[in-house]
Amino acid sequence: MVDLAVDIGALRLKNPIMPASGTFSEDLADVFDLECLGAHVTKTITRGWRDGNPTPRVCEVSGSMLNSIGIPSKGIGYFIEKTIPFYQRYRTPLVVSISGNTADEFATLCSEVSVDGVDAIEVNISCPNIEEDGKAFAIRASSTYDVMCKLRKATSLPLWAKLTPNTGETPEVARAAEEGGADALVVANTLLAMAIDIRTRKPKLGNLMGGLSGPSLKPIALRMAYQCAKAARIPVIGCGGISTAEDVLEFLIAGASAVQVGTATFINPTVMPAIIADLERYLVRENIASVRDLVGTVIDDEQKAGVVFMETAP
Amino acid sequence: MLHAERTIPQIPSVFERDLPVVSNDPVNGEYMRLVLRAPTDLLEQCRAGQFFHLLCPAIGGETPYLRRPMSIYGFYPEREELHFLYKVTGEGTRALFHLGPGDSLNVLGPLGQGFRIEADWQHLVLVARGVGLATLAPLALEAQRLGRSLTAICSARNPEVLMSTDYFRDLGANVITVTDAEGTAGVDNIERIIEGLIAGRGVDAFYTCGSNRLLRLLQALGERHGIPGEIALEQQMACGLGMCHCCVRPFRKGERLVNLRVCREGPVFDMQEAMPW
Repeated sequence: MVDLAVDIGALRLKNPIMPASGTFSEDLADVFDLECLGAHVTKTITRGWRDGNPTPRVCEVSGSMLNSIGIPSKGIGYFIEKTIPFYQRYRTPLVVSISGNTADEFATLCSEVSVDGVDAIEVNISCPNIEEDGKAFAIRASSTYDVMCKLRKATSLPLWAKLTPNTGETPEVARAAEEGGADALVVANTLLAMAIDIRTRKPKLGNLMGGLSGPSLKPIALRMAYQCAKAARIPVIGCGGISTAEDVLEFLIAGASAVQVGTATFINPTVMPAIIADLERYLVRENIASVRDLVGTVIDDEQKAGVVFMETAP
Repeated sequence: MLHAERTIPQIPSVFERDLPVVSNDPVNGEYMRLVLRAPTDLLEQCRAGQFFHLLCPAIGGETPYLRRPMSIYGFYPEREELHFLYKVTGEGTRALFHLGPGDSLNVLGPLGQGFRIEADWQHLVLVARGVGLATLAPLALEAQRLGRSLTAICSARNPEVLMSTDYFRDLGANVITVTDAEGTAGVDNIERIIEGLIAGRGVDAFYTCGSNRLLRLLQALGERHGIPGEIALEQQMACGLGMCHCCVRPFRKGERLVNLRVCREGPVFDMQEAMPW
């Protein structure tokens, strides 16, 4: 019998597979029993109502997709009345993703969402910070540290900081999140990208630019997960283009303790249970007792820190 | 204890399945009909107006990534068949075109809300053009099953590409064809035809799909005579299940405009709440 359980700080997950925020909702329960997942991660909510961005909100690029949904949200009231009770029918831990325009608004929501039924809070600090000219909190170490300190004071629940690949300072941001009080790092969100229809000469997204996700993003997310695992002591949760059990193994070996599966669910809604089954078969076949034995087993002994933390092309 | 109360996990109602291709043949110069062999349990979940999300294969040099939503053209539990009608327009449908017997296609569905036929709606009128008729075809089967009368006003560029007219006639529908080539497909003429139907034995509900000017016309007629209606709408989709919020469109809810997901709250909506595009 192999052991798929992993620990994200004090929170034990029965397996390392969970959905990425924004690619999961109650609706997926129409397709399979959501109890099989390591955790449930909700779509990001904001305190108040948000309509989201103009359409088209999605387009495909070769082998991947761009999206600019704009965090449509029904607000905290709806979430507490409707969404949390839905997930309480499961034993699987519930991770709530939140976002705010300012650090104070973020912290207020963090406090309001710290209620029974919520097991951890994923703070989407990859969203634009209007106090910093719209730059995401997690682009810079200083704004990451400041917002994490405020969020830390607002809740006693585990805080997972979701980082952005749109930074040139991944290790510094990872350490700043840890020092600010994060219990885990989710690495990473989508990468800012663009596509244009050459016939109409119009951008393919209503919001002009959007986030790249899918298999093209995987090597970038993997590189960041590796850097974050080296830079910080708290657990790393890999996220970006993961579609197969092999992808999961790659992230675990790089140093991630668990992973999130996102865009792959849009292509095959049953991909997460399939990955869990494949992962279990792999451990049995390779005679590995626990999935935890794989974490951070990358063989990189000779590499200097200067290479590990490189942020420009070699 | 946080998670004290439990309910039994829901039984899945949406299937992700690889279905064998029975045939994939042209129905006229423009449209193809794809027939898949499907299990009865899947087909028995289907309703007129619902859709499937198709994982178009990477064949024939095409590499579609996201699934493509396609409305159900026909579902026949007794024959174990699921039918789709499509026109080759982009990468996804070009990939579908290459499918043949021996291949299989991964489908996700049935998805979305289908057409409503209220108990007191006796005389139904559907108005559609082009591939929109594919979406409305299963409604004709449902109307026959429920013993309701159906008038199908089918519009096309020319008589050669008129679709589903024999299908509608076989199901006992009163078929009225209008075409651009004959100069009969104008909104004024269709309005005259429908006013005639209303003045005759009456109309209890309208159904439409796919055309902005038909939507405007039916909204006006519906308002004038107090006749309800439904419209099937399209929007670019990613997940098809309601998770991603890509496929929203605005709808009138009283004084407000509200974004609803075409995949989950639709694709069939109240006609008066729909916004012309």
